[in-house]
Amino acid sequence: MKQPVLISNMEEFMEGVWKQNPVFVMVLGMCPTLAVTVSTLNALSMGLATAFVLIASCGLVSLLRKVIPKEVRIATYILIIATFVTAVDYAIQAISLALYDALGAFIQLIVVNCIILGRAEAHASKNPPLAAMINAAGMSAGFTIGLLALGTVREILGAGTLLGFSLFGPQFQPWVIMLLPPGGFFVLGGWLLLFAWYEKRKQGRLGGEVQHV
Amino acid sequence: MSESALQIFISALLANNFVLAMFLGLCPFLGVSGKLETAFPMGVATTFVMLVASLCAFGLNLLLTALHLEFLRLIAYIVIIASAVQLVEMVLKKYSPALFRALGIYLPLITTNCAVLGVALFQTAREYDFVQSVAFSLGGGAGFTLALVLMAGVRERLRLSDVPGLAQGTAMTLMLAGILSLAFMGFAGIGS
Repeated sequence: MKQPVLISNMEEFMEGVWKQNPVFVMVLGMCPTLAVTVSTLNALSMGLATAFVLIASCGLVSLLRKVIPKEVRIATYILIIATFVTAVDYAIQAISLALYDALGAFIQLIVVNCIILGRAEAHASKNPPLAAMINAAGMSAGFTIGLLALGTVREILGAGTLLGFSLFGPQFQPWVIMLLPPGGFFVLGGWLLLFAWYEKRKQGRLGGEVQHV
Repeated sequence: MSESALQIFISALLANNFVLAMFLGLCPFLGVSGKLETAFPMGVATTFVMLVASLCAFGLNLLLTALHLEFLRLIAYIVIIASAVQLVEMVLKKYSPALFRALGIYLPLITTNCAVLGVALFQTAREYDFVQSVAFSLGGGAGFTLALVLMAGVRERLRLSDVPGLAQGTAMTLMLAGILSLAFMGFAGIGS
């Protein structure tokens, strides 16, 4: 069954955004997800940095998929990813030193983000460059959405601001725990609960048929 | 940098626990912490890799700085770590095949454990000397093992209790990690 190109590309993209969302469904790449999401801005920059590395390395892996010997493929992927991460690291340092300090070592730790290696191995090594990059773009969008979902909640509750603008006025007593490590775990746990509830409700509507994906 | 090695060790073990305060190494933390008998060996294996990685990273950093090749640091570190993991894998496979099978996919995944690369990157960023680096990696590894074992203990008990259907799985684990992390915040200030 051959689908029109545009629709199948769109489906490929949405796969990463919704059905296979790396943060909420696959629970991958947790370290940066929890560590940098103390504010919306940090979350957004981390998402974009990861997106660049993910799309670029998937594209390159896909281009080289027939050249790379099977035995050393993982090492090769890691080298490719590390190269792009080094580039991003220097770029962020040049663009904004404040942001670089806020994200700290977590920019370099993009190398060990399981999402990227997972995509390179599971998808990019078997598909042509364009498809691989579209898939990677979907995953990046899903990852960024996940980071934003956490960052926004934590910033609003923990500091009473959104992107630095005060939301509730000076009377608001910030919920500082949300900015501290436990808050990260609680907020992500809360989001997962919400999705589990949504999933269950949807299944209930479909006639109570229980399906585990 | 005038911190003593003991201060660094205690701080990495408790106050700045790698998993619960710095969010490093969460994948194995969520994945392997289901049973005590796999959690502890996993912690020890990771600690060993951390120590090896830290030692190699220290030497490599000297070399790269001397040659003005700092931009290769990240790539060099990751290659070193991958080799160290390969070594641990071969040793385990030879001497303890049962454990090798129990750890499964999580063993090669130590390569992509943020905690290991984190040790190498943080010790470089903080300009630790040799003794400090060793203390930092041992403290970090011990802290990782501690968090893993605590979590496994809690999860083993939890299997016998009645968890609401919605909260089963990762959501529950994350909430537990949050509570553990809350407890570890009580150590803030120790070692600094």
